[in-house]
Amino acid sequence: MPFLPHTRAEEETMLKTIGVSSVDELFGDIPRELCLDRPLQLPLGLSEKEAWEEVERLAQKNKHTGQYLCFRGAGAYEHYQPKAVKHLLARSEFYTAYTPYQPEISQGTLQAIFEYQTSICELTGMGVANASHYDGATALAEAALMAVEATGRSKIAVSSLVHPEYRETLKTYLFRRGVEIIELPYQEGLTAVDELAGVLTNDVAAVIIQSPNFWGSIEDLAQFAELIHQQGGLLIACCDPLALGVLASPGELGADIAVGEGQSLGLPLSFGGPYLGFMACQEKYVRRLPGRIVGKTVDRLGREGFVLTLQAREQHIRREKAGSNICSNQSLCALAAAIYLALLGPQGLEEVGRQCWQKSHYAKELLAELPGVSLPFAAPFFQEFVVQTAEAPALINQRLWEAGILGGLDLGRYYPELENYLLLCVTEMRTKEEIEQLVEVWGGVSGGKTHF
Amino acid sequence: MVEKLIFEKSVSGRRGHYLPPLDVPACSVQEAIPAKLRRKKTPVLPQLTEVEVVRHYTRLSSLNYGVDTGFYPLGSCTMKYNPKINEDAANLAGFSQIHPDQPAESVQGALELMVKLQQYLAEIAGMDAFTLQPAAGAHGELTGLLLIRAYHAAQGEQQRDKVLIPDSAHGTNPATASLAGCQIIQIPSNGQGEVDLVALKRVVGKDTAALMLTNPNTLGLFETQIAEIAAIVHEAGGLLYYDGANMNAIMGYARPGDMGFDVVHFNLHKTFSTPHGGGGPGSGPVGVKRKLEPFLPKPVIIYDRQKQRYRFDGERPQSIGRVKAFYGNFGVLVKAFTYILMLGGKGLKEASEKAVLNANYLLKLLSQDYEQPFAGLCKHEFIVTPPKTKEGGIRTLDVAKRLLDYGFHPPTVYFPLIVAEALMIEPTETENKSTLDAFAAVMARIAQEAEENPEILHQAPHQTPLSRLDETQAARRPVLRWKAD
Repeated sequence: MPFLPHTRAEEETMLKTIGVSSVDELFGDIPRELCLDRPLQLPLGLSEKEAWEEVERLAQKNKHTGQYLCFRGAGAYEHYQPKAVKHLLARSEFYTAYTPYQPEISQGTLQAIFEYQTSICELTGMGVANASHYDGATALAEAALMAVEATGRSKIAVSSLVHPEYRETLKTYLFRRGVEIIELPYQEGLTAVDELAGVLTNDVAAVIIQSPNFWGSIEDLAQFAELIHQQGGLLIACCDPLALGVLASPGELGADIAVGEGQSLGLPLSFGGPYLGFMACQEKYVRRLPGRIVGKTVDRLGREGFVLTLQAREQHIRREKAGSNICSNQSLCALAAAIYLALLGPQGLEEVGRQCWQKSHYAKELLAELPGVSLPFAAPFFQEFVVQTAEAPALINQRLWEAGILGGLDLGRYYPELENYLLLCVTEMRTKEEIEQLVEVWGGVSGGKTHF
Repeated sequence: MVEKLIFEKSVSGRRGHYLPPLDVPACSVQEAIPAKLRRKKTPVLPQLTEVEVVRHYTRLSSLNYGVDTGFYPLGSCTMKYNPKINEDAANLAGFSQIHPDQPAESVQGALELMVKLQQYLAEIAGMDAFTLQPAAGAHGELTGLLLIRAYHAAQGEQQRDKVLIPDSAHGTNPATASLAGCQIIQIPSNGQGEVDLVALKRVVGKDTAALMLTNPNTLGLFETQIAEIAAIVHEAGGLLYYDGANMNAIMGYARPGDMGFDVVHFNLHKTFSTPHGGGGPGSGPVGVKRKLEPFLPKPVIIYDRQKQRYRFDGERPQSIGRVKAFYGNFGVLVKAFTYILMLGGKGLKEASEKAVLNANYLLKLLSQDYEQPFAGLCKHEFIVTPPKTKEGGIRTLDVAKRLLDYGFHPPTVYFPLIVAEALMIEPTETENKSTLDAFAAVMARIAQEAEENPEILHQAPHQTPLSRLDETQAARRPVLRWKAD
């Protein structure tokens, strides 16, 4: 059997040492009526070669971004992953280690996370960051719970332009805690700030705004910060960290907690996971921040080193009084993000942001020239934008897909009132030629080049 | 610190990665984005060449200890070997480069893999249906308790908000119950380390939502009265939640579903060999009995027999909703699926058999020098405590730190809470006899050192890049990020 070491002779010796005559005796404590009296009905074990052929067969049934042109984002983004990222993640001292409970032999993971926390603080303009969360949606939900605890209030206001799946996750997390969720309406592609006066009252723990929002538009976070702070509540900003090389940081704009999805920092699409939820906050809330946190300290001889710290917040100490039940982070994903940011540096990150910005604007201008395509919103955007079409989105996307292009997301799926609206994404990955190809196939000028 | 911080190695103007030149007509960001929304202060990120970045992280990796480095008998964490094929499988372009919102017909392989994994897990657990959405064990626990609450609410029993948890349980159990809006009632263990039935009977009632149980429990003991426990909880109208942390002990021997559990979670990063990644990503799929299936997180994946294709189904009116964006830690699912393919039903059973054999063998060797608080055989893990010495006894922490000097990762320490000075040891099935013998010899030597030269233990570790770190100072004066001078 693969991965099992004992020879028959060794097994005999071990049984003799234990003082039993057979392995079955070791399972004698399981009441007989509870024992499974048949073999598990699973596939027969395969050799590595056969298993590899089977996983390859399944992988080949999927179309990957090397085979089509991706113009879809909506929470998962195709960016270039520098080769060094994958090579460093493949260091098995990183990926086969456990949570760094024994700091003397875990300084690699601990220091990498400390550096990751620093980079997240720099990007978000926040005082402290945790070691990461499952994903953007769960980080958002736990930030809301953190705000509820910090303010002692029981309402959360969330923009309807926060990612729909994040809002669903938020609802799942808050429902049994008796927290009321108020959804804020939109206007002209942005959260409707004019309609907030009556909504943001002094019993609202926090308002949650995503920027760039789900439709790609950049929100004026400072306006929301001012309004909610007047009422003594918090602003939770949900951001794409990749955009923060170009856009003002949530900290600069007055946010109290910044969360978001870090997949754009060098992580593969991987069908939606594993991704990287990041979470950062103003320093005064540090003892309410959920999740693992790495801190600096000294050893017996006064040498600097790192440990998991502020553990008095956490479930293994506080049990039911802990603010969260989380007992892990997405350590390897946080490592990927840290390596990505180190390779790009501030100039590289800004350049990626600019290219996403410029290429998406180029695509927008070309698409707007097509008959039947219009731009419903004038708000500034980063890499995603909405177009309104005369033709049904399904037909457009069908035509594109047949030409090897994954088109925009039909917004009607999440916003039934929006008929014939498509959300497109253009990252630095797309070349001018590919963007023009999108426009040609969309307009029916050419059948495009079939990629499949 | 052993290695300078990457920020301290940074030199302004260096760069490790370059983009292709912009090939679309440049337009000005300044003109299109109002100044108040643009970044003013450049973030301080490291500035290094590729080779500097590669050396930095390679050197950091050498300060770590992984399963690939050596023996990792961390109780309750199941640090078994992580087969290399798993990593390559998850990295296949057809898995790692697919967008979560592609047309269903272009991800049939991914969906088939997920549906098959659900079926495999259901068979191993003895449950009817699985969701793969939860991203970790604790996340699975939350999902499970929300399912249980939704089920009770649908029966018109919203008042069921008490969760019963043994005092030997993981801290996540009570924390999860609290997150799910429940109150916690702790159940004491009896003299054999199992759930005290008298105490259980006293607290079950009309307000019982569920009993959360790990079986074998955190002492490594099978709860022999599980059938009675299930009957007591079910008769009171409550449900049974199985924390799958210790499933590695009983695969193919016994199934939570057959024991009476209604909801289970597995940790794919423990039982099913996906690597722990230094703290994540993991995956915590949740299985349920048929009556709870309508409440599973949406979307679920179904196979449409007529059209002969897999698809997502979000039309689940009774669903508890999503527990994360998209569908779970897919890359981790690929690894667990690959592992199950290679072992098959027979191999999984043999893995549990050898995990239990290794644990009992090691327990026997260690019990010569260490105290065994619960007599008899164990399952896949066990508890020992340090021997009494002339000085009155050595501390578990000292044993753990001394083990580092001998090149072993220490066991889990000070858990479960009901045993003072606990050392919780789980060797797993992938360790050979020589490793177990060597570990036992070192443990014996440490026991001897405790008698003869206790100071060497108090000061340990001596051989690691850093000596014992001051956790009190870290918490009292938190330094959680680097700042430029």
